[in-house]
Amino acid sequence: MTGFANHVIILPIVLPVVAGAIMLLLDERRRELKNRISITAALGIAVSAIWLLIQVENPNTPEAFVYKLADWAAPFGIVLVADRLSALMVLVTAIVGAVALIYSISRWAVLGPRFHSLLLLLLMGLSGAFLTGDLFNLYVFFEVLLAASYGLLLHSSGKRRVKAGLHYVAVNLAGSFFFLVGVGLIYALTGTLNMADLVERMAALPADQVPLLKAGAAVLGVAFLVKSGAWPLNFWLPTTYSAAAAPVAAIFSVMTKVGVYIILRLSSLLSATEGNFELFGASWLLFGGIGTILFATFGVLSTRHVPRIAGYATIISSGTILAIIGSGSEAVISSALYYLVGSTLGLAALFLLADQITRRERLEAAGQDVGPIFHDDYDTALLSEFEGVELGEDIPRGTALLASSFFLVTVLLVGLPPLSGFMAKFGILSSLLKAWVAPDGGPLAGTQTAAWLLVGLIVFSGFTMLLALVRSGIDTFWTNHEQAATMALRPAEATAVLMLVLLAIGLALFAGPALNYTDAASAYLADPDTYVRAVLGGVELVPGDVAQVPDALGGDAGELP
Amino acid sequence: MEIVLALGIGVLATAGVYLMLRPRTFQVIIGLTLTTYAVNLFLVSTGRVKLGVPPLVEGAVVDVAAHADPVPQALVLTSIVISFSMTALFLVILLAARGLTGTDHVDGEEGDK
Repeated sequence: MTGFANHVIILPIVLPVVAGAIMLLLDERRRELKNRISITAALGIAVSAIWLLIQVENPNTPEAFVYKLADWAAPFGIVLVADRLSALMVLVTAIVGAVALIYSISRWAVLGPRFHSLLLLLLMGLSGAFLTGDLFNLYVFFEVLLAASYGLLLHSSGKRRVKAGLHYVAVNLAGSFFFLVGVGLIYALTGTLNMADLVERMAALPADQVPLLKAGAAVLGVAFLVKSGAWPLNFWLPTTYSAAAAPVAAIFSVMTKVGVYIILRLSSLLSATEGNFELFGASWLLFGGIGTILFATFGVLSTRHVPRIAGYATIISSGTILAIIGSGSEAVISSALYYLVGSTLGLAALFLLADQITRRERLEAAGQDVGPIFHDDYDTALLSEFEGVELGEDIPRGTALLASSFFLVTVLLVGLPPLSGFMAKFGILSSLLKAWVAPDGGPLAGTQTAAWLLVGLIVFSGFTMLLALVRSGIDTFWTNHEQAATMALRPAEATAVLMLVLLAIGLALFAGPALNYTDAASAYLADPDTYVRAVLGGVELVPGDVAQVPDALGGDAGELP
Repeated sequence: MEIVLALGIGVLATAGVYLMLRPRTFQVIIGLTLTTYAVNLFLVSTGRVKLGVPPLVEGAVVDVAAHADPVPQALVLTSIVISFSMTALFLVILLAARGLTGTDHVDGEEGDK
């Protein structure tokens, strides 16, 4: 991959930031144009992600593409790395981002200023966090996406959102401190921030410094666990996610996956350093994950408010993946990735549907709503202009569409056949059991008891989700005739929901190719040397040129292709 | 020098964490700010404590011991900018919460006394 094509890797970052900047220049009244540009940008990210996906799958090209920013060789410059895992995550981000933008056309985008800019910046932060190969750059992208998410959470304001926002911002600021302290400790000991270089240097670390580095890695891990919503660091999550505007909550369901992604990436890289860091923190992840699932399982049963159920479902999803990462078994990662994609799409759809279901109660409470926080260039006359005006025609039988989408999303999230949730959970359970009862492998992390606990909990959490979702489905669509009769989806909202549902069905129909891809991805993650070689491959150090680089980089670095 | 720096970081972090756990939003924001200082000082210290040495290498002469590590300085600069803007944003939310809920309690309502 040479020439211009090489720059495709940076498109998922450049496209949204440029489009987001253009949004700021456009007046809030030019909604049509704003919608068009922002959706085009989101689809552009999706196209570049698909292109990257095809490239990494192509057996004739390398498995990991490295983009050197400003052409500084790693580890001195910052690199972007597109491999199976990051390309897949960027694709999921772009899809959910596009869906959120489409959904917001009919109503949400009008309810506050600078919605498109913030959402595009969030997409930029997410893509950047998935693509970067540098720890501090990761911090910067994290802050970009968090800053955008603060603004989005407060979108269209209201007392509930501001109260939730206060907690959300405080928790995430504290999480960022952990991030910085962890990065600082790691840099102080290894002298590098590049993830691939880190692997090389960790292996060469003197034994007396290993405990301190472990402390640094653990502190860093806490920051990611806060983001991924692991128990007991997740009490803010259901409140925040259920308070956010629907399209925002949909894209937030990807945000928890950033924490999960980084933990997966780092544990993959750490497994390359023999001895000291192999399975580092695995039992914490395993039992933390089990606790997370348990907490959210009870959470799902504790509420009849659909957005809150969706919030707890988000926690179940990340808890399941965290526990699987903690189990340390390669085979399960493949199904876990497949589960991640399906559950993220399902959660996004559930947040959008929850918005429809709770619309009536929100309209009744609308009297208590207050205006936007930022008054400067926001024209409140714009709101009254659209008051009572339906943007576009109502789709007849909107309720039927809603109810069937709700049914499919339930099937997907609970893990019933025939949708992808079933195949993912089946794969997870069968390979978990295989890994644990294997005569030579034995329990990789934790004990047999932990294994059975995890297996039981995955099944039980699915059952409680079924209970909670069916209960609210009956409440909404069957027993409440008056509400069901007045439900109406607007075209844009219907398109967005249908896109997600169709993609989920497609994921089940094309489960073969999808699972082949995740199989290859988990095999790739199990062998992080490919990643390290791709990043550090091009380094040619002139001796004495940069003296502070220790020999840990290895004299053979220059000889690699 | 090291002990002064370590004590400074420790005192700032202690005070910051204590204030962050207090129930008033103003105390929380001051706590966050103090913790930011502690974290930033910590980041500076990761480049080892050196006084009166330049961070940039001039010419071809390379004597690493006579230079400060420039990377932590760049990191701390980034971190200062980011945490400052986040604090400003938090201040806006704090004021909005005060205006909407009529109280400066972090939960938006007075807890049980």
